[in-house]
Parts: sequence; structure tokens; C-alpha cells
Amino acid sequence: MLAVAQLTCQRGARTLFSGLSFTLPERQWIQIQGANGAGKTTLLRVLAGLVQPQEGTLTWQGQAVQECRAEWQRALLYLGHHAALKEELTPLENLRFSLGLEAMPADETVLMKALDRFGLQEREHLPVRYLSAGQRRRVLLARLLIRPAQVWILDEPYTALDAHATQFLSAVIEDHLEQGGSAILTSHQTLGLRSGMSIAL
Amino acid sequence: MSNSVINWFKYASPATFYPLAGRLVPWFSGLAVLLIAWGLWIGLFVAPTDAQQSEGYRIIFVHVPASWLSMFIYCVMAFWSALGLAFNTRLSGMLTAALAPTGALFAFLSLWTGALWGKPMWGAWWVWDARLTSQLILFFLYLGFIALQSAIDDPRRADRAGALLALVGVVNIPIIYFSVQWWNTLHQGASVSLTKAPSMAHIMLEGMLIMALGFWSYAIAVVLTRVRCIILERELTSEWVKRNAVD
Amino acid sequence: MMMGFWTSMRRDLVLATRHKSEWLTALFFFVMVTNLLPLGVGPEVSLLRKIAPGVLWIGALLSTLLGLQRLFSSDHGDGTLEQMALSPVPLAWLVAGKMVTHWLVCGLPVVLMAPLLGIQFDLPTRSLGILVLSLLLGTPILSAVGALGAALTLGLRGGGALLSLLILPLYIPALIFGAGAVEADLAGISPQGHLSLLGALLVLSVFFSPWVTSLALRIALE
Repeated sequence: MLAVAQLTCQRGARTLFSGLSFTLPERQWIQIQGANGAGKTTLLRVLAGLVQPQEGTLTWQGQAVQECRAEWQRALLYLGHHAALKEELTPLENLRFSLGLEAMPADETVLMKALDRFGLQEREHLPVRYLSAGQRRRVLLARLLIRPAQVWILDEPYTALDAHATQFLSAVIEDHLEQGGSAILTSHQTLGLRSGMSIAL
Repeated sequence: MSNSVINWFKYASPATFYPLAGRLVPWFSGLAVLLIAWGLWIGLFVAPTDAQQSEGYRIIFVHVPASWLSMFIYCVMAFWSALGLAFNTRLSGMLTAALAPTGALFAFLSLWTGALWGKPMWGAWWVWDARLTSQLILFFLYLGFIALQSAIDDPRRADRAGALLALVGVVNIPIIYFSVQWWNTLHQGASVSLTKAPSMAHIMLEGMLIMALGFWSYAIAVVLTRVRCIILERELTSEWVKRNAVD
Repeated sequence: MMMGFWTSMRRDLVLATRHKSEWLTALFFFVMVTNLLPLGVGPEVSLLRKIAPGVLWIGALLSTLLGLQRLFSSDHGDGTLEQMALSPVPLAWLVAGKMVTHWLVCGLPVVLMAPLLGIQFDLPTRSLGILVLSLLLGTPILSAVGALGAALTLGLRGGGALLSLLILPLYIPALIFGAGAVEADLAGISPQGHLSLLGALLVLSVFFSPWVTSLALRIALE
């Protein structure tokens, strides 16, 4: 369980949010809502541990995140705004390297299967440069299927996806929740997910 | 500067430090004027004319204290940087940022007076003497620090990146000085050493020390004033600044 | 940990092989700068031999700067750096992998090319050996220290010029001992002292730089 207490974050002279508290139990998901520039991405980056909050605490499984950083990072899968893909590499290579950077073994067949399920058949060996925005997004999202994690933190995961892929992503998230995982996401779209908690910034 | 360290821990919050700095500035300004005037008087009128270097040597009363201070200020910057990174205090970053221009100014003053002194001594405005070269590199380090800080918009990142650079710089300064010394002895450059100003008279040392103290007071006054500006700039939206503005 | 290090290194190597222009530019720059100098100062052999160590070293120094600007910026731009910062593998190890690749791609070609350029400056064979040795010890220092500058200036306006301003003063010891070794050999003195000091700098910078650089990257990512 992830617990957040009295979180305050300032950017420059502006206070993005203050006194924010919530808990995220297993099998639950949170949608973070807010206008552009309200600090949704910053909140996700604070939760992931990329940004230090001015005040407040984050606890994972009852332990302060600063004290169990490695465990928190293993339990966490953060997919940010950017696709985190290298244009010169193929989707397969991108996935393999992204797992390698986290010192996790990469099984070729598992990777291929994940890409297939996200509708990237025949594209596995094409440099990412030749893929469309939606397809790039799907390569990134394929990490959801290959990198085991308890908490998913997804920044605008539905961006650039077509109707079919949107549906599939929702199914993947549902599946993750079924299996005892949890998720936090920012999104402007209606998601077709079962109802979750919602936080407005 | 060192005797107020204890206070600065207590006054680590900008809101309490701001008025304290305001009270200290006039004292240090006054002290600076008195000490510098006294030091100059000793330097220009009391100290005897040097047998070898005649009147030209009198520039050391500015040159040497400026050099001392330029090096010392970098160390002070590194000290506040270390504190800032370790304890995440906002004030240390502001102090470091405020110190840098003064440090750069003294480094420049030291180079300039060094050149003025060098012309009659060595017959050239610039010689690749180990000390002058090291001082030049120190000046570059100051410029790098100021350039980095001014290139970063987010004050928090500016503080922390600057702190890291200042610490890396302070670790490197001895290495750089040593290597420049090594390089200089290998190439047998200018041979007039500044340390062996022949048999320095007691009164000369006294003059330099008083000038150094005067420069210190000046540095403290200027840095505190600059810190006050930085505090106001950064805390513009906070409650205590608004309250004070209304008062 | 080692797996993260190897992956980070291999990944950048693969990228470098698909982007040949990057490291070829650095190498070509090195050749150009050193070849322009005789055109500036004249073809007198004794003078050229005298300035050769300094010229070749400064050429090496500037050409590594070229590759440094891109060391982290592409990973920063596409979000890979965030993923690296969140990896359970310590960021310092991933950074170390990138540094090694930077050296392999920007430093090693310069080391290999240097003797050829040294011949143009009429350096004797023995000094050519010392030149290669000094560059072999010195160029990793340039990569290690330069990486720190690249991390500090990541994503800033005028990052390239700023990077040079920050890093070049820190390169001075490597330049002095590196070029000094070759000069000493030319003057008939043993270059051993210079090379030992260069070695000491190498150990220090390779040991500390990945760690400090990872701190700087975390600051830049906030």
C-alpha cells in the first residue's frame, strides 16, 4: 500500500499543491485530474521519487520511501510523458535495453509476445523512427506486460492511442488490478475502466 | 565571518535572517570604510619606500589582500554549498549565490593589480607566473559558477547545481594549483617570487592585514545586502514579505 | 549492478554504430584543428616539434568536448534518463557505462590517430610512444570530468558554451601533465613523474566522477 501524507510541492515561486494526503490500497486505482499546468505530472514525478517534495511523506508498505528506495523502485513502474524510446533502435531492442538498465532478464519470446499483444506484429525489427506516434506509445506500454511491478504510475497513457488500443490498455490495467496491483494515472479521457478514486488538483 | 556561524545556524530561515542581515550591514559598511582608509594610509604614507622596487610596490596593499580574499571566498562558498546539500537549507544556496560575484570581483582586482605591479617589476603586463596563472584559473572558476547559476531558471536547481560545482571546484583547486606550480618550475618562467618580497617590514604586514580585514568587512556588507535582495526576489509570494511590505 | 553497467555501455555503443557521424565528427575535428596550426604558425620543423605536445593535447581536449554535449541530452530529451534514475541499479553504474562508451567512441579514436598526427609534427618515435601513453591515461579523465559538466548543464540554454566554460578549467591538470610528459621526453628528461601523476588523476576521476555525475543528473531531473 502506498500512503501519501501532507505532500506540498512548489515550482519556483508557485505552489502546485499543498497538504495532499491519500492512500492507494491494492486492487485500486486513482485518476488524477486537473487543468493543464496544475501539477499532475509533477505529482507523479514526486511519487516516483524523481522530485523531492518540499514537505510531506511517502510511505510504501509502512516504510518511508527514503528508507526503502530500492524496494520502492522495484515495486514501481513509471511511464512518463516521453516515450523513452531510441529512434535508431527497433522496438525489440528498446524493450531489451530498458529491462537491462534495470538489471532484469529479457526473454526474447516474452518481449515479442508483449509487442504482438499491443498490435505491433511485423514491426518488431523496424527502427522506431519509422513508427507513428500511436505505435511508439504502444511500444512504451508493452513494458507493462514485461516488467513486473505492483504500482503503475502512468502519465497520460491514452495519448495518441486509437479506439482499439485504448480498449486493450484498459483491459491490461483491469487485469493488473485483478491480480492485486494498483495504478495511478493522469488522463483527460474517459477510460472505460471500473470506477476508481479520483483526485483533483 | 567565522564568529557569526553559530548565529547563522539559528537564523537559517530567510524570514529571520533578512532583518538580522539588515541590522548588520551598516556596521560592516562602516567598519569597511574605516579599516580600508586606515590600511591605505599605512600603505601609502607610513610604510617605507622599498629599496628595490621603490614606490611601485605599494600596490601590494591592495593586491595581496584581494588575492587572499578571492581564495577565501571560494572556500566559504564551498562550505555553504556543503551545508546546503547536506541539510537542504535554502539560505545556504542564497549565500553561495551572493558570495560568487564578490569573489569574482576580488579575483579580478587581484589580476588587475597584479598586472599593474608586473609592468614595472617584470616589464610586462602579464607573465605566466604560477601564482598569476592560478589566480586567473580561479577567476575562470568563479565565472563558470556565475554562468551556470544564471543559466538555470529554477532557483532550487540553480542552488543545488551551483553547490555541486563549487564543491567540485574546491576539491580541484589544490590539484590545479599544484599542477600549475609543476608546470611553472618545468618551464622556468618569471623568477621574481611574490612570497619573497625581500624582508617584509613589520609595518607592511600590518598594513596588509588591516586592508584584508577592511576587504572582509566590505565583502560581508555587500554579500549580506545581496542576500537580502535574493531573499526578497525568491520569497516574493510568501506571507512575511507581504506583511513587511504592508508595514 | 554489473548487468546495468554493461547494458548501459552496450546500448550507447549500438547507438554510436548507427550514428557514425557523431564520433567521426569528433575525430575529424581533432585532425582538422591540429592540421590548421602549422598553417597558422609556419612550417618551421623545430618550432612545430616544440609545440606538438601542447597542440595535440589541446586538440584531443576540444574534440572530446564535442561528444560530451550529447552524452546525456538525447536520453534526457526522450525520457530514458528518467527511467535510468528510477532503475533499482544505482545511477552511478549506469553513468559509468555511458562514460566508458564515450571514451571508446570519442577518446580511443583520438589516441589511435595521435601518432599519425605526431609524425606530421616530426616527433621522434620514442616521444610518439609517450604521446600515446599520455593520451591513453589522459583521455578517460576528460570523459569522466566532462560527464560531470554535461550533467550540470543538461537542458540549459547555451549548454555547449557553458559546458566548455565549466569544464576547461578542470581539464588543466590533465593537460599540464599529459603534454608535459611528452615535452619532458622531448627534452630528454624521464616522463615518469608526469605519467604517474596523470595515472593518479585517472584513478581519482574515474572513481569519483560517476557518483558526482549521478548526483548532478538527479538535480537536473527535478
